[in-house]
Amino acid sequence: MRPYLPFPFLLCLVVGVQLLTQWTDTAYYLTQLTMAAYYALLVIGLCLLMGYAGQISLGHAGFFGIGGYISAALTTHNLAGVDNSLIRLLERLGLLAASTDMFGDPLLTVHPWAAAAIAILTAVLVAWLIGGPVLKLTGHYLAMATLGFGIIIYRIALATPFFGEADGISEVPPLPLLPGLAISGDFSARVTNYYIAWGLLALGLLLLVNLIHSRIGLALRAIHGSEEAAASVGVDTAKAKLKTFVLSAAYAAAAGIFLTHYNGGIGPSEAGIMKSVRYVAIVAVGGMASLWGALLMAVLLNFLSLRGLFGTYDDAVFGLILIAIMLFAPDGVLRLGIAARLRAWRQAHASR
Amino acid sequence: MKRLTSLLAALCAALLLPLTAGAGTIKIGAILAVTGPASFLGGPESRTLVMLAEELNAKGGINGNKVELIIKDSGANPEKAISFAKQLIEEEKVFAILGPSTSGETLKIKKICTQGKTILISCAAAELIVNPVSPYVFKTPQKDSHAAAKIFLTMRKQGIKKIAVLAGNTGFGKAGKAQLLKLAPQYGIEVVATEVYDKRATDLSAVVAKLMAHKEIQAVVNWSIVPAQAILAKNMRQAGWRVPLFQSHGFGNIKYVEAAGKAAEGIIFPAGRLLIADLLPDDHPQKPVLLGYKKAYEARYHEPVSTFGGHAYDAFKILCRAIGEVGPDREKVRAAIENMKGFVGTGGVFNFTPQDHNGLDIDSFAMLTVKDGKFVPYEQ
Amino acid sequence: MTLELCIQYLLAGITYGSIYAIVAIGFNIIYNTTGIINFAQGEFVMLGAMTAISLQNWLPLPLAVAGAVAVTMLVGALVEICFIRWLDRPSVLRMIIITIGVSILLREAALHIWGDGVYALPYFTGNEVSSISVLGATISPQILWVIGTCAVIVITLNLFFKLTPVGQEMRACAANRTAAILCGIDTRNMVTLSFMLAAGIGALAGCVVSPITSSQYDGGTGLAIKGFTVAVLGGLGNSAAAVFAGLLLGIIEAFSVSVMPLAFQDAIAIAILLVILFVRPYGLFGDREAARLQEF
Repeated sequence: MRPYLPFPFLLCLVVGVQLLTQWTDTAYYLTQLTMAAYYALLVIGLCLLMGYAGQISLGHAGFFGIGGYISAALTTHNLAGVDNSLIRLLERLGLLAASTDMFGDPLLTVHPWAAAAIAILTAVLVAWLIGGPVLKLTGHYLAMATLGFGIIIYRIALATPFFGEADGISEVPPLPLLPGLAISGDFSARVTNYYIAWGLLALGLLLLVNLIHSRIGLALRAIHGSEEAAASVGVDTAKAKLKTFVLSAAYAAAAGIFLTHYNGGIGPSEAGIMKSVRYVAIVAVGGMASLWGALLMAVLLNFLSLRGLFGTYDDAVFGLILIAIMLFAPDGVLRLGIAARLRAWRQAHASR
Repeated sequence: MKRLTSLLAALCAALLLPLTAGAGTIKIGAILAVTGPASFLGGPESRTLVMLAEELNAKGGINGNKVELIIKDSGANPEKAISFAKQLIEEEKVFAILGPSTSGETLKIKKICTQGKTILISCAAAELIVNPVSPYVFKTPQKDSHAAAKIFLTMRKQGIKKIAVLAGNTGFGKAGKAQLLKLAPQYGIEVVATEVYDKRATDLSAVVAKLMAHKEIQAVVNWSIVPAQAILAKNMRQAGWRVPLFQSHGFGNIKYVEAAGKAAEGIIFPAGRLLIADLLPDDHPQKPVLLGYKKAYEARYHEPVSTFGGHAYDAFKILCRAIGEVGPDREKVRAAIENMKGFVGTGGVFNFTPQDHNGLDIDSFAMLTVKDGKFVPYEQ
Repeated sequence: MTLELCIQYLLAGITYGSIYAIVAIGFNIIYNTTGIINFAQGEFVMLGAMTAISLQNWLPLPLAVAGAVAVTMLVGALVEICFIRWLDRPSVLRMIIITIGVSILLREAALHIWGDGVYALPYFTGNEVSSISVLGATISPQILWVIGTCAVIVITLNLFFKLTPVGQEMRACAANRTAAILCGIDTRNMVTLSFMLAAGIGALAGCVVSPITSSQYDGGTGLAIKGFTVAVLGGLGNSAAAVFAGLLLGIIEAFSVSVMPLAFQDAIAIAILLVILFVRPYGLFGDREAARLQEF
C-alpha cells in the first residue's frame, strides 16, 4: 500500500492549486502548469529507463518529436481535394475528420485519434527496432548512440517539407477525449485542460509505480545493480531493458502528442539535443531512481523555464544545475540527507 | 508622522492622477530569440527595442503615457513563444506584442493573438504570417516575393536564364526558396538545381562542385540568414566559379561581408536602404529615419546596425504612431495601423490596408552590391 | 561523373575530413588517460578560435594563436580541477552528465562574452579567394595548413607519449591506474595534464579551421559530434587512425552530396556512427580485445 500513499496528496495538491489560482484570480498560471505536466510525463518515463534500468538516453526528445510531429502532420495535412480510393476507404472507416480552418476554408484531415494511434505505434516500433542494438552498448557508446538517434530525428524534421521544415507545424486541431472535453489551448478550456493533463500524468505515474513494485521492477533494479549478477539469477536482461526502453519511448511520444495538441503546433527545437539533455538533467536532479523526485523537478523546472524566469540564461541554468547536482548530490536533491551526513561527519570526528 | 505625510502624498497623487489626461503606462510585450540559434535576429531586435523605449520615455512617452517594455527571450523555441504569448496576453495584459523573430514562432502564436484580441507585429519574414490575413497580425519585414522579383528583374536585364537556388534550413530560407521557385517561370527563368544546407554548415565545397558540373547555370541565388552565406561565397570563388552570386536580404549584415573578405566582392542582393543610408540622395524620404536609427544604435551598442534590428524599429514606431493618433484603445489602434498610410520606416514606406498587413511594395528594396568591403547601390 | 568532378568531390571530402580529424584527436588524449569522453571538447575548439580572434586585434596572427592555445589550456586545467579532480571513482553516467554540463556552461559563457556574432581568423596564407589547382580541381591553401597541423600533432603526440618521461607516465595511467599509483605516479596531475593537452590541441584545431568554417559561440557542438564520430570510427584512443577515419568520413560525406540532397549530409555521418557502434564498437582500425580491456 505504501507506494500509493502519495497519490491522495497529489490529488489534493492539484485541486488545491487550481482552487488557489481561482481564488486569487491568477488562473493564468495553469497554462504553464499544464505544459509542465506533459513534459513531466516524458520525464517519468525517462526516469524509469535511467533510474531503474540504469540506461542513459540522450535521444528522448527524438521520441517526443516522433509523437508530436506525426500527430501534428496527419491532423493538419489537408486531404480535401485529393480524391483516390485510399482516401475514400479511410473516410468510410471514420478515420478522417472534416472541419474548417480559422479562415473558413474546408479541411479534411486524419482524425486526431487515428493520428495519435499511428504516432504512438511509430514511436514504439522505432524504439523496438533501434533498442535491440543500442541497448547492447554501455557507457559512452550508449550515450553517443542515443544522442545520434536524436540528431537523426531532428534532421529529418528539419529537412522534410511534410513536417514543415524549420517552421514546424501550426494550427493543430484539439484532441477530443469525451464529448465536450478536448485537449486544446483555447483560453476558455484552461481549467479543464489543467485537470486533463494532471489526470493523464497521474495515470501514467500510477502505471509506473505499479510496474516497479512488480516482478519486472525487481528485475530492473537487479540489472541496474549488476547486469551479470541479474543474468546469473535468471533475469533476461536484454528483454527487460528493451521493454523498458520501448515503454519510456511510448511515454515520450504520448507527451509529444498531448503537448502538440495543447500548444496547437510543434517546431524542430522540440526534437533538439538541448531538449534531450534537459530531460536527463531533470531526471538527475530528481534523484535518478525516484519517480516522485523526477515528477516534482520536471514540473518545477519546466514551469519556471516556460514562464521565462531564467531569461537569457535558460540553458546556462540547466547546465549549472547538471554540474552542481552531479558534483554534490549525485542521488538528487531530495536525497541530500544533510542530517545524516552531518551525523556521520560528527561521528567520524568524535572517534578520532 | 513620516508615514502619515507619505500616505497623504499618495492620496493626493491618487486623486490627481485622473486629472492629468491619460497618463499611465502602456505595457508592450516582445517575444524575441535573444539567445539560441536565431540570436543574430533577436539580439539586435531586443537591443533596438530597449533603446527606443528609453528614448521614448525620456521624451515623456506617448502623449504622456510611459511605455513599459517586457522582453521575453524565447531562444527560438516555439513552445516558449506560445507560453510567453499566453502569459503576456492574459497575465501582463499587454497592449500589443512585438516579434517573434522567426516565422515558425509567429505562425504558432498567430491564432493565440487573434483569439486574445492582441495586436501582434511580427519581425519575421514568411508571407504566411499575413496571408491569409488575421485582423490582429501585422509584419514589418519586406515581402520575400518582392525580394525574389527584384532579383529576377536584375537577372533579366543581364540576360540570365538558368540558375541554381541554394537555401539554408531556417524558416527564412524555406520561405525564400518557395518564392523563388514560384516566381521564376513568370520571369522566364529556369531553376536548374535546388539545394538546402544546414544552418551551421561549415563548408560547402562539395555542393559547389555538384552545381558547377551543370555547365548551363548562369547564376546562383542563395537564400539564408546564416554564416554559410559567407562560406558559400568563399567556396565558389576558391573553386574558380565566376558566375554571379545573388543573395537574399539576409545578407544585409556587414559581419558576413567581413567574414567572406575578398570573396564578397560583387555579390548582388536586394535589401532595405538602411545599409546604404549614408549614400542615399538627401531628398530621399527615408534618409533622415535611416541615419537617425543608424547613428543612435551604433553610438549606443558599438556594433554595426543590421536590417533585422530595423524590423523591430519599424514595429515599435508603427505601434507608437498609431497609439499617438487614436489613444491607447486596442481596437482603435488596430484599425489605425490597418489604415496607416505613408509611414516612413527603415524597411521602406508602409501603406497598410485591411487586406495588406505588411504595407510595403517592391520599391522597399534596393539592389545592393559589395565593393571594397562596403555595401553600395548596384548599378547596371 | 567526370574525372574532374570526382577529384573536386575528393578534395571537398579531404577538406571536411581534415577538419573532423583534427577535432577528433583532442577526444583521444583525454580518453587515453582517463577513459572519459569529454563532451566539452567541441567547446575547447570554439574557445580557441574565439580567443585568437579577439587577441588578433592586438597581436600578430602567430602570437594570437599561441595566446589562444595558452588561454584554452588554462581553461582546460580549470575545468579538470574544478569539476573532475576531486570526484572519487565517478560512474560513467556521472562523467557524461558533468562534461555535458561543462559544455553548456562554456557555450553560454562564450555567448555572454562574444555575443552572437560570426567571426573568422584571416587565412594563414593567401586570402578568401586564393586556391591551389590539383588536376583541374581546386582547393583552399588553408586545407594544407589543417592537414599539416594534423600530421605535426599526431607525430609530436606519438613521440611525446613514447619518449618523454611525462608521456610515459600518462600512458601508464591509461593502462592501469592502480599500478601507476603504486609506481609513484601522481595520476591526478596526469589527468589535469591530459585535459590541458586536449584543450590546447582543440584550441589549435579551432584556430586552423576558423578561416574555413567561421567561428561562433555555438559552433563547437556540431564539430564535436563529427569529431567524436571520427574518433569512434578510427577506434577510441588511436590518433593516427582518427586521421584516416576523418578523411574517410569526409570523403563519404562529400560524395553523398552527389546522390542525396545536401540537407541529409549530417544525418549520413550520424547513421555511419550508429552502424559502426552496432557492428564494430571498437572502431574500424581498433582491436576487439584491447577495447574489452578498456571497458567501463
